[in-house]
Amino acid sequence: MSKGYAAWLFVLPALIVLFLFFLLPVLAGFALSLTDFDLYALADIHNLRFTGLHNYLILLHRPLFWAALGHTLYFVAAGVPLSITASLGTALLLNSKLAWCKSFFRTALFAPVVTTLVAVALIWRYLFNTRHGLINYLFSLPGIHPVNWLGDPRWAMPTIILFAVWKNFGYNMVIFLAGLQTIPEELYEAARMDGASAFSQFRHITLPLLKPTLLLVVILTMSGYFQLFSEPYVITEGGPLQSTVSVLYLMYRDAFKWWELGLASAEAFVLFLLMFGVTAVFLRLVRRGGER
Amino acid sequence: MWLLLLVAALLLSGCAGTADTRETLTFWAMGREGDAVGRLIPAFEREHPEIRVRLQTLPWAGAHQKLLTAFVGGSSPDLCQLGNTWIPELAEVGALTPLSARVRSSASVEPGDYFPGIWDTNIIGGALYGVPWYVDTRLLFYRRDLLKRAGFDHPPRTWAEWARQLRAVKATQGPGNYALLLPLNEFEPLVTLGLQQPAPLLRDGGRYGGFESPGFKKALGFYGEIFGNHWAPLVSTTEIATVTDFARGYFTFFISGPWYIAELEHGMPEELQNAWATAPMPGPDGPGASIAGGSSLVIFRASHHLRAAWQLIEFLSNPTVQRKFYRLTGDLPPRRTSWKNSILANDPYALAFGEQLERAKPVPKVPEWQHIAGEISVVGERLAHGDLTVDRAARELDRRADAILSKRRWVLSREKRN
Repeated sequence: MSKGYAAWLFVLPALIVLFLFFLLPVLAGFALSLTDFDLYALADIHNLRFTGLHNYLILLHRPLFWAALGHTLYFVAAGVPLSITASLGTALLLNSKLAWCKSFFRTALFAPVVTTLVAVALIWRYLFNTRHGLINYLFSLPGIHPVNWLGDPRWAMPTIILFAVWKNFGYNMVIFLAGLQTIPEELYEAARMDGASAFSQFRHITLPLLKPTLLLVVILTMSGYFQLFSEPYVITEGGPLQSTVSVLYLMYRDAFKWWELGLASAEAFVLFLLMFGVTAVFLRLVRRGGER
Repeated sequence: MWLLLLVAALLLSGCAGTADTRETLTFWAMGREGDAVGRLIPAFEREHPEIRVRLQTLPWAGAHQKLLTAFVGGSSPDLCQLGNTWIPELAEVGALTPLSARVRSSASVEPGDYFPGIWDTNIIGGALYGVPWYVDTRLLFYRRDLLKRAGFDHPPRTWAEWARQLRAVKATQGPGNYALLLPLNEFEPLVTLGLQQPAPLLRDGGRYGGFESPGFKKALGFYGEIFGNHWAPLVSTTEIATVTDFARGYFTFFISGPWYIAELEHGMPEELQNAWATAPMPGPDGPGASIAGGSSLVIFRASHHLRAAWQLIEFLSNPTVQRKFYRLTGDLPPRRTSWKNSILANDPYALAFGEQLERAKPVPKVPEWQHIAGEISVVGERLAHGDLTVDRAARELDRRADAILSKRRWVLSREKRN
């Protein structure tokens, strides 16, 4: 038995699983997106028409799709940096030798990740209620005018971003914490002896050594944030004035509420391509940065 | 091969093992109704010892999706509770069995005894696909004390009178409060105003939107006026605690269904228990129509127990059983006989519903209706925010409805050719 043959045999199970559960559904989804599969086709398969790229054309002409794309990009662009800053910041604080009650804070900051999204989303809805909410009450103490958090199209998305960051930063914090603990203490000691300030220690020791962790976290967070769905689904139902409709929310609505499976598949495919593209570009940028 | 043998063996033993010779009927019901009907079924099984009912309760939230996937996957139940706006969709895919002949030969189900608008929701293309089980419609809930303070001793009957009352209430209640709640994420209020007009919401047999009709434009105009004058706040249900805010006087009127009777009886503070009431919807010139809602009982085409399923429908349509069902759930019965000689006849809150149900009208019976209704609330929200004029909103609605209905037009023209 040749070596190559044996190697293929070992990889085969994984390949089969990948083919069955990843490649095949993607191809089927793509095929579906070339048709107008809907309720009528469900009733009688003769009502199915092959429409080529028509669904994609519809999407390009659909203002709501562009709006949803815009909202999703807004959520990613604002949410990912915020989330990572919050995670890294809290991880640094928890890793500091000056911190006390470390395990308590670690648990407390991680708690939002493991709570049920629907339950905490409801609590946030109460907190951010315009008239009876705690947040506006606190704002009113120094005399700030009440903000219509979830009813104003300009404020609804920032509120959702705030919620998502709060809900998710603990997860990345734990990963960062693990990354920080692998950095040898001697490096900091040496730097301190050379008179490096806290900031230059962070810049020249912590950041470079944390780079692989950082890369992983950015990619994971980005792909997670592109799939914004539960937050608007539970908190705002896409409103007000559809200002929190994301691509995934739109796809869910088209597919499972209106049964326009062809169109929804096209939406799914566009989102897939977008995420694929952004991740690829990001990886290339990082690699080029590494070579320099 | 081994697998086949194993399956065959299992099937054989399964057949041999059934000691229960009764006919098993699978019945899907949703939410609260599912829980309540479980208490009526033992009586049915006593009446029909040869039938065993297997009741499964589904949560409302996932019910629609579950029904369609069950139909596609060939695992649909024998009979099912179905919200009457879902009937066109399931009838279109051919999931339901027509019941017209059974009703004609039935001794107990009398079409003339049902509220006509409700019965009508079950007729798709001339055939009957369901029997109404319980009904709902939407009407006015209002604060009598606050209306009185504004100078009125009776609820409105016409839009003009309503507008005068809204203006007066807004003036007496002050800038922080409003006269009426019309949640922006609900399409029902605007659709109700539209249904009160003579022209149908969809024209040409449900092929095109009919939203540019003078009647619907009047409805849009009134809707816009309500928000333009700040008689209603720009909020959606996610930002409102209806009972609490109603008790606080944040709004004096709201439009909702019979389920709010129990909510208010439990939720309103003691001193306000006599301060609220229900009233039929005011119309453009006199009492107006409202949406015919509720659930029907339907039988799936794939069922092998058509006769037994029909017997259960007849049992649940019996006025005595319907009265019991009302006491268990608070759901209003669809037959006039069930209203007579029952606690309903003396319930002041339910009386308005009884009157409104005589004027209930079905929404357009096309599978795309839910989708179009969603667009109505979106466009209505933009109108309420002042982003669209009445004419532009009407044109936008027709444009969206026509696009949604394009596949339907193609299917209908194709059916005509064949």
